[in-house]
Amino acid sequence: MSWLVPLPVVVPLFAAGLALALYRRPRLQRIVSVTALTAVLATSVALLVAVDDGPIAVDIGDWAAPVGIDLVADRLSALMLVISSAVTLSVLVYSLAQGRDDDEESAPVSIYHPTFLVLAAGVANAFLSGDLFNIYVGFEILLAASFVLITLGGTGERIRAGTIYVVVALLSSVLFLVAIAMVYAACGTVNLAQLAIRLPEIDPGVRLVIQVLLLLAFAVKAAVFPLSAWLPDSYPTAPAPVTAVFAGLLTKVGVYAMIRTQTLLFPDGRLDDWLMWAALATMVVGILGAVAQDDIKRLLSFTLVSHIGYMVFGIALSTEAGWTAAIYYVAHHIVVQTALFLVVGLIERVGGSTSLTRLGGLAKLAPGLAILFFVPAMNLAGIPPLSGFLGKLGLLEAGVHVGTSLAYTLVVGGVVTSLLTLYALVKAWNKAFWQPPEAEPPRLRMPLGMVLPAGALVVVGLVLTFAGGPMFAYTHRAAVALAERTPYIDAVLPDGARGEGESAHGSEHGRVTIDLGGGG
Amino acid sequence: MIDMSPNIVLVVTIGVLFTVGVYLLLERSLTRILIGIILLGNGANLLFLVAGGAAGRPPIVGATPGGKMSDPLPQAMVLTAIVITLGMTAFLLAMAYRSWQLHRHDEVQDDLEDRRIARLAAIDERATDDEDTEDSAQTLDQEAEEARDETDEGTHVVHGGDAS
Repeated sequence: MSWLVPLPVVVPLFAAGLALALYRRPRLQRIVSVTALTAVLATSVALLVAVDDGPIAVDIGDWAAPVGIDLVADRLSALMLVISSAVTLSVLVYSLAQGRDDDEESAPVSIYHPTFLVLAAGVANAFLSGDLFNIYVGFEILLAASFVLITLGGTGERIRAGTIYVVVALLSSVLFLVAIAMVYAACGTVNLAQLAIRLPEIDPGVRLVIQVLLLLAFAVKAAVFPLSAWLPDSYPTAPAPVTAVFAGLLTKVGVYAMIRTQTLLFPDGRLDDWLMWAALATMVVGILGAVAQDDIKRLLSFTLVSHIGYMVFGIALSTEAGWTAAIYYVAHHIVVQTALFLVVGLIERVGGSTSLTRLGGLAKLAPGLAILFFVPAMNLAGIPPLSGFLGKLGLLEAGVHVGTSLAYTLVVGGVVTSLLTLYALVKAWNKAFWQPPEAEPPRLRMPLGMVLPAGALVVVGLVLTFAGGPMFAYTHRAAVALAERTPYIDAVLPDGARGEGESAHGSEHGRVTIDLGGGG
Repeated sequence: MIDMSPNIVLVVTIGVLFTVGVYLLLERSLTRILIGIILLGNGANLLFLVAGGAAGRPPIVGATPGGKMSDPLPQAMVLTAIVITLGMTAFLLAMAYRSWQLHRHDEVQDDLEDRRIARLAAIDERATDDEDTEDSAQTLDQEAEEARDETDEGTHVVHGGDAS
C-alpha cells in the first residue's frame, strides 16, 4: 500500500502542469482538475483505511530516512487528507459552476485551475511530510498558490488585502526557517522521527527556544491571538470559493503542524499553560470581533479565528481525551466553515450583498438557501445533536477531566464563546433571512452546480454527526498513537537509526551535538 | 566530529541582516518591505550555514575522506530556501507594481477596520481636529488608498523649500 502515500502530492502537481499547458482549452482544464482531485479523494480514503493498522512511511527516491526525505501517513494525517480533499473537490466543483454562470471578475481565469491544484498539493505535502524542512516546503507551496488566489484579478481591494496577507505569511515563513536552522544546529537532523529521539537529549533551554519558535511560526499560520489580526481583513475580499477553501484548510494546516510537533517532538508540554491562555484569548477576542461585524463574510472570518481557540485548547490539554476531541474538532470545523462560506457565496448571489443591513427577506425568496445556511450555522454554534456540539462536548469533558483551575477557566470560556457564536449567527440569520428587505433584490436563480457542492458539504457535516461514534473512536486511536509516539518513530526508523531506503553503511552521518551556551 | 564553534563573522553578519531586515519590514512602502524580507531570508540562510558546522572539503564520496567533508544537508536546504525566496520576491515585485499602477504608490494600505474605528472614534469624540474628524465625503476604500508614508513628508518639504 505504500505506493499510495505520495499520490496526494504527486497527482495534483502533475495535473497542475497539465492544466497550465491546456490554458487555451478551459473544458479540458476542468476535466483534468476534477479528475485529479477525485483521484486524491479516493487515495485518501484508501489511506485512511490502510493506516488504521499502523503508520506507513515511504522513503522518497529510496534514500534512507534520516538523510533522505520521507512521507508518513498515520491516522491523523490520513484523516486530515480525507477531509481536505473532500473540501477541495467540493469547492472546485462550486467554482466551476460559478465561473460558467457569471462572466464577472470572480470567474475563474485560466490560471485558476493550476493554482488551485498546486494549493491542494501543498496542503497534502504538509500533512504527509515526515520531515520538518519538507513541511516548510509544503507550506511554501500552498502559500505561493494562495498568494495568487487571493489577488486573483488584481483589483485594488484585493491588492490591499493581499499585501497584508503576503507580508505576514512571508514573515512567518522566515520564523519557521530560523526555527529549522536552530533545530539542525542542535540536533543535526530535521527528520521528525529522529528529532523525537534526539530532542529529549539536548539542553532543555535550547529545546524551549526551538519549541517557542516553531509555535510562533505555526500560530501565525493558524491565526492564534494575538497573531490573528491579518486573517479577518484579508480573507473576505477574495472570491467566495477561494475564501471558503482558505478558511477551511489553510489555518488547519497550521493547527495540524502544532498537533504534530507538540505531540511528537515536545511531549513534556512545558508551554501548555501559555497555550491555554492563548486559546482563551483567541476564543473570546475572536468571537467578540464577530459579534461586532455587519458584513457576513467578515463575521464568519472572526468566528473562524475564535474557533481555532478550541483546537489550541485541545492541544494544550496534553491528554489523550484532549487530542481526541481536538482532532475531531479540526475535521468538523474544516467542513462546516467551508460549507458556510460557500453558502454565503450563494447568499451574495441571491441577495446582491454581504452586508447584513442590506440583506433581507431571503427566507421567503430562497427557502432552500435558508436551510443550507441554518444547518451549518447551528452546527458551528454547537447546538445538540450536531457535530459541533459533539466536538465541544469532548473538549469540555477533557478540560474538566484535567481539573486544574486554568482548565476550568477554559471550559467556561469555551461555553461563553459557544453562546456568543450562537448569538452572532442568529443575528446574521435574523437580518439576512427574516428582516424585510431594503429593496427587492433582482431574481437570480441559483445554479445547481453551486448548490450541490455546498449542500454536499452540509451533508458531510451531518455525516460527521451521525457517524460521531466511529469518528470519535478513530480520532481516539489517532490520539493514542500520538501519545505513544513509538508507532510513528518505528514506522520511519524500523531499526531505530535508519529508514528502509538505501544508505551507505557504517557512517554515522551528521551526529552532531553542540552546546549553544559554551563552545562544543 | 565536526567543529561546531560558530564563525564570528557569520554570526555578526546574521545579526546585522536581521536588524536591518526587521527595520525595513516595519516600513509602509512595499519595495522597502521586500528588501527587508530578502535580507531576513538571507540572514536565515546564513544561519543554516552556521548550523552545518565549519566549512570542510567538497562532500563528494570517494574524493574526500569522510571526516573532512562539509555537511551537505544544510547547503541543500539553503538552496531550496533561496529558490523559494526568489519566487516570493518576484511575486511581491509584481504586487508592488500592480499597486503602483492602481494608486501611483506601493504602500501597504490601512486596514479597513482600523479606518472604520478611527472614523467612529472621531464621530464620538470631536475634542481634537485631525483628518479623521473632517467629513471628507470619501469612502473608507478611498481613504485607505491614500499614501501615508511619514518618510515621504520630509522630502516633500525639502522640494518645497527648493522651489521657493
